[in-house]
Amino acid sequence: MHGSAISLIELGAVFFGLGVLGRLAWRIGVSPIPLYLLGGLAFGSGGLVPLEGIDGFTDIAGEIGVVLLLLLLGLEYSAAELVTGLRRSWLAGLVDIVLNAVPGAAVALLLGWGPVGALAMAGVTYISSSGIIAKVLGDLGRLGNRETPVVLSILVFEDLAMAVYLPILTALLAGATLLGGLTAVGVSLLAITVVLLVALRFGRYVSMIVDSPEPEVFLLRVLGAALLVAGVASQLQVSAAVGAFLLGIAISGSTAENATKLLEPLRDLFAAMFFVVFGLNTDPKTIPPVLGFAIGLAVVTTVTKIATGWFAAKRQGISRLGRARAGAALVARGEFSIVIAGLAVSTGAVPDELAALATAYVLLMAILGPVAARVVEPVARAVQRKTRPAV
Amino acid sequence: MNVEVTPLPGIGTRQDFESRSGRRIGVITHRDGHFDLIVSKADDPDSCAASIPLTVEESAALANLLGAPSLVAQLREQATGVNTRQLPLAPGSPFDGRTLGDTALRTRTAVSVVAVVRAGTVHPSPRPDFVLGGGDMLVTVGTTDGLALAADVLDRG
Repeated sequence: MHGSAISLIELGAVFFGLGVLGRLAWRIGVSPIPLYLLGGLAFGSGGLVPLEGIDGFTDIAGEIGVVLLLLLLGLEYSAAELVTGLRRSWLAGLVDIVLNAVPGAAVALLLGWGPVGALAMAGVTYISSSGIIAKVLGDLGRLGNRETPVVLSILVFEDLAMAVYLPILTALLAGATLLGGLTAVGVSLLAITVVLLVALRFGRYVSMIVDSPEPEVFLLRVLGAALLVAGVASQLQVSAAVGAFLLGIAISGSTAENATKLLEPLRDLFAAMFFVVFGLNTDPKTIPPVLGFAIGLAVVTTVTKIATGWFAAKRQGISRLGRARAGAALVARGEFSIVIAGLAVSTGAVPDELAALATAYVLLMAILGPVAARVVEPVARAVQRKTRPAV
Repeated sequence: MNVEVTPLPGIGTRQDFESRSGRRIGVITHRDGHFDLIVSKADDPDSCAASIPLTVEESAALANLLGAPSLVAQLREQATGVNTRQLPLAPGSPFDGRTLGDTALRTRTAVSVVAVVRAGTVHPSPRPDFVLGGGDMLVTVGTTDGLALAADVLDRG
């Protein structure tokens, strides 16, 4: 068989396999992300069967996956929603950062991965998966619940936090000094402010550049603009992901909605590729040594996310049952934890064990999150019944 | 009445109100234009007993079912001395399958048909060639006597 035939067969097998895994995941009511990761782990370095000849394609496909994940995250909320979200939920957002970033950072320091490793792990345990959470809330018919706006505004805040966090992480991973790090903070704060202002005032002009009534032209323009911005951002040492994310925020209104509809299938395709590549590059043998830490982190950060949701919902005058639901809904971690880990590991500035720990952690949390959201109500009711004195 | 509007970032908007019976009833408008009808639980007003996705056509049908009586109520308030009634056209009526012109309601009773409600859809200002069917609801305007006469005409021909 000649080269391209083997590549096609391998790629076809990978996509078809992912399709089967995805179907299985939705059947049993969990996110497909952990299964994609497991699929990647099974092959590639240290896995059962090494895949050869397609790594050139899978690597770039994974990169495009990250760009699309962040572009659609940016498209998800309008600039106005981000600003009101920031104004309404900044206190809950700060509690969220402190409670959920600290456990990750502490474990990284304990393992001797240094301050940069600590910053990366802080991000991994902090960021909830808005994709999994939105899906679970919809599936459970909780969109109309009173605590749901609280959950969503925390996700909006996390979204903004990512815009500040990613450039800092990128700068520090590239080996910047403390001064360089502070400059990166300044630059990223300035960039996000400028983008928000532009999006609020001149959003329709940015939208006009990419908009077109022909779906085909529109798709090519949005995708082209995203890859261009991502590439330029990457060249300027502000990660590609951040560039795509800021572009997503700047595109607004109906253009953003249409772009989301068009790009969703592409994102799903390339993001699946990204998870597989991440799994491929992670040696399964590195996971058992860090599994204990991953389980510990999973337990601690499940509790801290529930506490975050409880606190935020309580401030809005939601009843105890609603507070428990808000907390449990936030537990899921997924795509963005892997994006952060991928960013960190690819620069070589942190040990490879970080990839193993992040993989094990996300495997646990992406499964635990939807389960927690489902079982919280019966559990909370049972607890209420027990604590209520018998009449 | 106080309808609460809550933005749901990334999803759309929730609009709801509390009914006299203490249940929260409302609608989630998704960004892509489809609606969810939501009704809160009796024992836990924070959460939903039902969250029913409706297509654009389904929500229009539901709005008409609930909206038709209030349309009539509005007419009643606006013009005093004029009465409105919803007259049903029973299946098997002499005019089942015939046109509105055939009933000659306007000449015989001085009653006007302002709308026909069929299967939850309002057909406003029907023309004389509008074909009536059993189960239609005729929204009519006229004097009290005229309306009583019109009901008889529709029943017996």
